[in-house]
Amino acid sequence: MTWLRLLRAEWTKFLSVRGWAGGVAVAALLILLFPVVGLGGSRDQASPVPIGPDGEPVSDSYYFVSRSLSGDGQITVAVNGLASTLGTPWAKAGLIITAGSEPGARYAAVMVTGGHGVRMQHDYLHDRAGSASARWLRLTRGGDTITGESSVDGRAWSRIDTVRLPGLATTVRAGLFVACPARVQGVGTAADTATAEFGTPRLAGAWSPGEWAGAQVGAHTPGFAGYAPGSPGSFTASGSGFTVAGAGDLAPATRGDVPVGAAAGDLLLGTFPALIVVVVVATLTITTEYRYGLIGGTLSAGPSRGRVLAAKATVLAGVTFAAGLVATVVAIPLWLRLIRGLGIFVFPAPPGVLLRAEVGTAAVLAVVAVFALAVGTVVRRSATAVTTVVVTTVLPYLLALVPFLPPPMAQWLTRFTPVAGLAVQQTVIRYPQVDTVYTPANGYYPLPPWAGLAVLCGYTVLALGLASVLLRRRDA
Amino acid sequence: MSDATIEVAGLRKRYGSTTALDGMTFAAVPGRVTGFIGPNGAGKSTTMRIILGLHTADAGQARVGGRPYRSLRYPLRSLGALLDASALHPARSGRNHLLWLAQSQGLGRRRVDEVIEQVGLTAAGRRAAGGYSLGMRQRLGIAAALLGDPPAIMLDEPFNGMDPEGIVWLRGFLRALAGQQRAVLVSSHLMSELQGMADHVVVVGRGRVIADSSVADLIAAASGDRVLVRTGASREAAAALVAAGAEVTRADQDLLGVRGMAAERIVAVLAAGRVPFSELAPHRATLEEAYLDLTGEAVEYRATTTEVAP
Repeated sequence: MTWLRLLRAEWTKFLSVRGWAGGVAVAALLILLFPVVGLGGSRDQASPVPIGPDGEPVSDSYYFVSRSLSGDGQITVAVNGLASTLGTPWAKAGLIITAGSEPGARYAAVMVTGGHGVRMQHDYLHDRAGSASARWLRLTRGGDTITGESSVDGRAWSRIDTVRLPGLATTVRAGLFVACPARVQGVGTAADTATAEFGTPRLAGAWSPGEWAGAQVGAHTPGFAGYAPGSPGSFTASGSGFTVAGAGDLAPATRGDVPVGAAAGDLLLGTFPALIVVVVVATLTITTEYRYGLIGGTLSAGPSRGRVLAAKATVLAGVTFAAGLVATVVAIPLWLRLIRGLGIFVFPAPPGVLLRAEVGTAAVLAVVAVFALAVGTVVRRSATAVTTVVVTTVLPYLLALVPFLPPPMAQWLTRFTPVAGLAVQQTVIRYPQVDTVYTPANGYYPLPPWAGLAVLCGYTVLALGLASVLLRRRDA
Repeated sequence: MSDATIEVAGLRKRYGSTTALDGMTFAAVPGRVTGFIGPNGAGKSTTMRIILGLHTADAGQARVGGRPYRSLRYPLRSLGALLDASALHPARSGRNHLLWLAQSQGLGRRRVDEVIEQVGLTAAGRRAAGGYSLGMRQRLGIAAALLGDPPAIMLDEPFNGMDPEGIVWLRGFLRALAGQQRAVLVSSHLMSELQGMADHVVVVGRGRVIADSSVADLIAAASGDRVLVRTGASREAAAALVAAGAEVTRADQDLLGVRGMAAERIVAVLAAGRVPFSELAPHRATLEEAYLDLTGEAVEYRATTTEVAP
């Protein structure tokens, strides 16, 4: 097989220039060691991050106007108004039944929102949309099953969802709640307070006698963004019902909610310096052939030029992928252990997601190496080629990771440039029911992992195609 | 080794407005060293690049053993070539340079060691090629050309940068290769490098062949019918010979070149005029002179000579 022989020749060529093999080893070391620069940060946390029933970090803070309910029962209320200082779309006002008072406890709630209509949500992760215009809400408990309904007029009701809260005690706290997450503004957020006008709740079942008690829940949890200035939480009873002001959220926590937390994807920050090294090495493997006139020898030994290019690409991709994979597979578990040992909160990610980030990062390095080879073949001069590849891969990467870059620009960069491939490093989850700063700097990418990698591969295939045509057509 | 002939026919190549090759046609056949000679810019390297399939000709064909180079499966086993001895990655050792070439042709390490030994680079083989002298690079390039034990060998200016010892070695080496019935094509811009080694010369200028003949024929043609006459009385001798109808040029203080008159007649004329002379010999041109005769018109770049007053 001439192909295997070409491959072997290119392999020998790669290994016999010490700087190239060494460069790839350095890239692997950079991935392995780079997280060290992120250490020494904030490890003291005021209080632990609440963990929800599914093991994920959550925001569990809201203004709660409650009584206790023993056994089965029902609560119905009209939400006559909901407004927040900054107009946050996910401001929430409605009814809630909670399994306990500890942060992260199970709950089921039905609510009117600032901009997303009526929803029924439970246990932080689960969200179901109801009517867009309903103003009446009802929660019904039967055992550990909770049913949420809504109505436009208080007479005709439609069910939104029925959910189970396993292990719900006989006596629970239930009542009205108001929450308001911080409003996303550019690359940051601003605390907001929502105020809701409730009618008088209609109760059925064994509710505790006496007055409604109002209090802010979770004011000291890390995810609580606080109130808008001059608008503290409050609860006022009037003849026709209650006025409740509150802040916080009942939702899965995001990077924006737990800024001191780390994501496993952060531990791959060394990909950035590694990428620079890989780009330089991969470009030089072809541009030095032109520089020293060696290309003549290469093409007279292998006159099928397309195959020569394919052999070079295969060797580069193989070497960078293998080195990258060794580095990531060691780095992630090692550093996760280390930073957890230091008491830093880490957003949980299942093993499959970590493996995808590890394999994906190695793949990104390999594909970028092939991209650099292709650009080097087209451009032929080391300096021009390295500059071109740095401008198209390393620079967008750098910009995308700058925390103060406007989010639309960061999203554009990670959607349409070759660095879209970094999406493989996302280990945190984007929730449709949570507005936050979903930027690459926070570990959120606009494309799904393999779609992002496909964008990078698309650029690489184009560049490789052009390189192949030019290599075949040009005099060497 | 009948499939060893290197032949080009009607090659044409333009680079922008420059015509590099203008109908280049010749063949280097097995069993002899063919000198490929011409001034710089005459198209020698371009021709060799086209033979190797590195450049594409605008017209014409180049074949090695009857086949286009690019159709060969393991081309280095058919034609070994040295185009540019400096075409090396400076960080790669000479041995590794040969190793990847060998692997691409399905050859092993043992063959690499053999050719390294053959060109006398065993000691330097493991050092980075960046530290090699030009002569060592030439030897490495020749080793690369020999790697596939090819029936045809093509070397572009292999004597450049070689020390006298290396030149003697290479001449003998190329003669030996031709003796093994290989076709050997060697380019040079200095005829003197090929004298005593080439059997056949292809002289080129401005992209086409000016002369394609055996070395003996070329020298005979250039020598003409000139007779050299050494005499202390050169003025009288010249006057007598011109009067007798000869064409006379002064070659030196005491040396005249006489054309258009046989040696016996010259003797008779000088004797009749009582002009003394000490030596009379037919002129035999050197290969260099023959070359200069031929390329005089074809040289593209030439230093402008300035007359300096005595």
